[in-house]
Formats: sequence, C-alpha cells, structure tokens
Amino acid sequence: MILSCKEVTHLVSQGLDRHLGFGERVRLRLHLAICDGCTNFKRQMDFLRKAMQRLASPD
Amino acid sequence: MEDFRARVEGERAYLLRYASLQLRDRHAAEDAVQETLLAALAGESGFAGRSNLRTWLTGILKHKIIDAIRRASRDGAVTDSDPSDPDSLLFDRSGHWAEAPPAWPDPDASLEQRQFFAVLEQCLERLPAKTAQAFMMREHLGFETADICKELRVTPTHCWVLLYRARTALRECLQANWFKR
Repeated sequence: MILSCKEVTHLVSQGLDRHLGFGERVRLRLHLAICDGCTNFKRQMDFLRKAMQRLASPD
Repeated sequence: MEDFRARVEGERAYLLRYASLQLRDRHAAEDAVQETLLAALAGESGFAGRSNLRTWLTGILKHKIIDAIRRASRDGAVTDSDPSDPDSLLFDRSGHWAEAPPAWPDPDASLEQRQFFAVLEQCLERLPAKTAQAFMMREHLGFETADICKELRVTPTHCWVLLYRARTALRECLQANWFKR
C-alpha cells in the first residue's frame, strides 16, 4: 500500500512521539526514497526538535 | 546565605522567560517563578554540592509549571476555539503537497544565531493555546505523549494531532519568516 504525502507527514510527526511499527517504518522509507518534499519535511521536523532542545537548555 | 539569596534572585529573569514560554499567562508564569524562588531559598541544602544553580532551579520550576498546567486543565481553561484542519491547506484531495517543502539551506547554522530563536519564539506564540501547550510539554518540558494526554485530558490520537498541528504550523512559520530566500 502506497502512502500519500499527507499520511507520511502524520507518520513522521508520530515517529517523534511513539515507536513506529515495522510495517510503518518500511512504508515510510519507501515513500521518502522517492519524495523530496517529504524528505525535506522530515529533516525539518528533526531540526525543529533540535532547535527546541537548544531553546530549553539552560545555557 | 545572603550570597545564595542574591544568586537565586539573579536567575529570576531567566526563569520567568522559561515559564512564560510554557505558560503564556504572565501572572501564572510569575507565580510559578515566585514559588520556585521561595522553594529554592527554603531548600538551600538541596543545592549543596551541585554545580549548576540554573539547572537546579529549572528543575524545581518544571514541577511548578506542571502544577499550573494541571490546575488550568482541571478548570478547563485551555481550549482552542478554532481547531482548523491544516491538512486541507497543505495537501490536495489526493494527499499530495499543495506546495512541497523546499530544502532549508544549512539549518544548523541558524542554531548559532540569537535572532533565529527570537523568530522561533514568535512562531510559538502564534500557536493556538492548547496546541502550544501540548507541544511545549513534549519538546520543552520533555513529557512522554501518554502523560501529556493525561494532563490535558485528551485521547492519544488527539494528542498526536495537536503535536502534528504544532509542528506543521511551526514549519510554515519558520519557512516564511526565517528560511525564505
């Protein structure tokens, strides 16, 4: 089953909050391999987490 | 003792900024900071031997913030009046991007710039209240999703939707206000 970009963005976000199942990870990876927009989205979500950690750090 | 008091007082501005980011309500933030400073002064012995006063105070403040969140959610004070669905703007009917996210050039360099964090804070302030609260509990206070759902009294699915909305809105906001070229 092919995931849409919309479904992929939800999975990418949930991947930051819960452990994704094996099937979810495989379908996510298949989609990201061929989709630049979603790959950029995922990188930006990872970056956002890093930026929030920096914002919360006491230094 | 006087020296400790002065050092604790010297962290007030930092703590207030931290609490305001999370609570958004100036009075609630000031209350949480005040309680933190009082608890710190009463519990100076708890600090003995620790190296970083700010880290220790922030740890106390987190508990005060969680108490404030609990009170607000018990009162039902935090709601989002317009839970608009961002999906309908971001994607077409078949679930494809209306406008695919472009790559951000060297985003890590932004983490070294004070101005970037000012923009990030402005973006956070624009989020609807409950969406912001869930996101800040997750990314700022470091809660697990299950605990956020419990404190905010929403289902896990709704919790994930709130976090998704926060992240997509912040992505759009940073795109428009920082990474635009």
